[in-house]
Amino acid sequence: MVKVGLRVTVLAYLTMLLVLPVAVVLWHTFHSGVGPVLRALGTPAAAHAFQITAVVTFYAVLANTLFGVLAAILLVRYRFPGKRVLNALIDLPLAVSPVIVGLALVLVYGRTTGTGKALAQLGVSIIFSIPGMVLATVFVCIPLVVRAVAPVLEEIGDEQEQAASTLGAGSWQTFRRITLPAIRGALAYGVVLALARSLGEYGAIAVVSGRLVGRTQTVTLFVQERYQNFDQQAAYAAATVLVATAVIALLISRLLRPKELAR
Amino acid sequence: MPDTHTVSGAGVTLVEATPAPGVPPVPGAAETSRGRRRRSAPTGRPLVSHGRRAPAIGLGIVVLYLSLVVLIPLAAVVWRSGEGGASGFWHAVTRPEASSSLKLTIGASLLVAVVNLVMGTAIAWLLVRDRLPGGAVLDTLIDLPFALPTIVAGLALLTVYGVKSPVGLNLAYARTGVVVALLFVTLPFVVRTVQPVLLELDRDMEEAAASLGANPTVVFLRIILPNIMPAMAAGTALAFARAMSEFGSTVLISGNLPFKTQVASVHIFNQLESDNVGGAAAVATVLLLVSMLVLVALDLLQRWAGRRG
Repeated sequence: MVKVGLRVTVLAYLTMLLVLPVAVVLWHTFHSGVGPVLRALGTPAAAHAFQITAVVTFYAVLANTLFGVLAAILLVRYRFPGKRVLNALIDLPLAVSPVIVGLALVLVYGRTTGTGKALAQLGVSIIFSIPGMVLATVFVCIPLVVRAVAPVLEEIGDEQEQAASTLGAGSWQTFRRITLPAIRGALAYGVVLALARSLGEYGAIAVVSGRLVGRTQTVTLFVQERYQNFDQQAAYAAATVLVATAVIALLISRLLRPKELAR
Repeated sequence: MPDTHTVSGAGVTLVEATPAPGVPPVPGAAETSRGRRRRSAPTGRPLVSHGRRAPAIGLGIVVLYLSLVVLIPLAAVVWRSGEGGASGFWHAVTRPEASSSLKLTIGASLLVAVVNLVMGTAIAWLLVRDRLPGGAVLDTLIDLPFALPTIVAGLALLTVYGVKSPVGLNLAYARTGVVVALLFVTLPFVVRTVQPVLLELDRDMEEAAASLGANPTVVFLRIILPNIMPAMAAGTALAFARAMSEFGSTVLISGNLPFKTQVASVHIFNQLESDNVGGAAAVATVLLLVSMLVLVALDLLQRWAGRRG
């Protein structure tokens, strides 16, 4: 009796909260066929939004992958003063509201600040353009690669790395031939998480991009802008692409999840 | 004991103890780096990491990267909020619009945390202990809120629970709508912290208690609950912190009505749009402070649970 009650409650909760909303988005997208969906996604504005998202995601994930591997190696293999603080700082971005991320970056790199003016004289603009959006995306994704790679690095130990260096391998050679192959799976897992997070970022991007239609509009901003301008077909079509991406990322991350993480 | 194994064997995914994307390390989740370090030390594997000094250049890059992207910008927020002195800060956060958004955010987040505590534990229980057909699908589904962009979550909820609701439930521009949006984005936290602990729980104790005449309620209250309590608390704290800082999913469904449905992060966004940077920074500092408190509480909880375990 308790068991049945629990099942019914949980399934009803999940259906109302999760399944129904996502299903209705799909229904709204496709209820007049695939043609309008493709047309909505083929407009120059939509195509441009996808392009901006791709560019921002590419640079943000690239930067965080390099940073993530470096930080994970330092945290696991070395000792240095302030290690605990660094370890805590890496998780900090998860607890910060996306809007505050945007606000923080505007306060330092905005056009009215000292840094912003100095950079503007060099011809670099950060806020309301791509570099700022990359920075915002980097901020929100910082922990993902580090936290995927670090446990695996710890698990594999460093005997092989030490053997390699005893045999005369330099540190780059040791990394490329020994460490990298060993953490490949975990790295891919972290990269998929970072990709999914980057593609879906909204709040921080909304602040730093200035939401300039046709210039700094990403796919998530496109969804919101189209919806509020009563172009539902385009909003739902783009949302469905994001849902599909999220589901694919979810499934891939399940397959890639390192067994060191899955115990 | 055999029961647990059959259940976990039924779907490989059920055995997973990893926090999904976006879940920071928590007590009981054995795979956290700190937890693992604590566990690996007694196994006798030499932790050579204590012997080698970090190369200055690598450390320099990591510190510079974190400073430019995270630390200096966040410090700028706190700095800016204090520019008008203590009274300026106080004035900024007690303006009616600001204080009502903060109150709504704290109240809604507390409510969401409590619902998550109950429902998250129930879901974790169902995933681990009940042989539900399709359990593996359900298990994957739980992570969807982490993978789904928040604006899409907001759009989806507004579509179902908006003005033209197909189920006849209109929560748009109401506080209930905000709470539902927060429930959506925080769903995985308690599930993913309680589930691994529940999986590792030794069934022998429960069987011993039952054979000594304890009824299921007593077994749950006296044996199971004390064991999963730290994980429940950790998951609830994470859900609370996430709800406090949520933005994207509430934008569409809240309709952004000051004094009614405007949460703190939306308020910050509006202040920024209307060039009141000082006011935005003050409310942001309050939110940052709450996040820090939650993180510190979690760390204490982790140590406490670590000492007990």
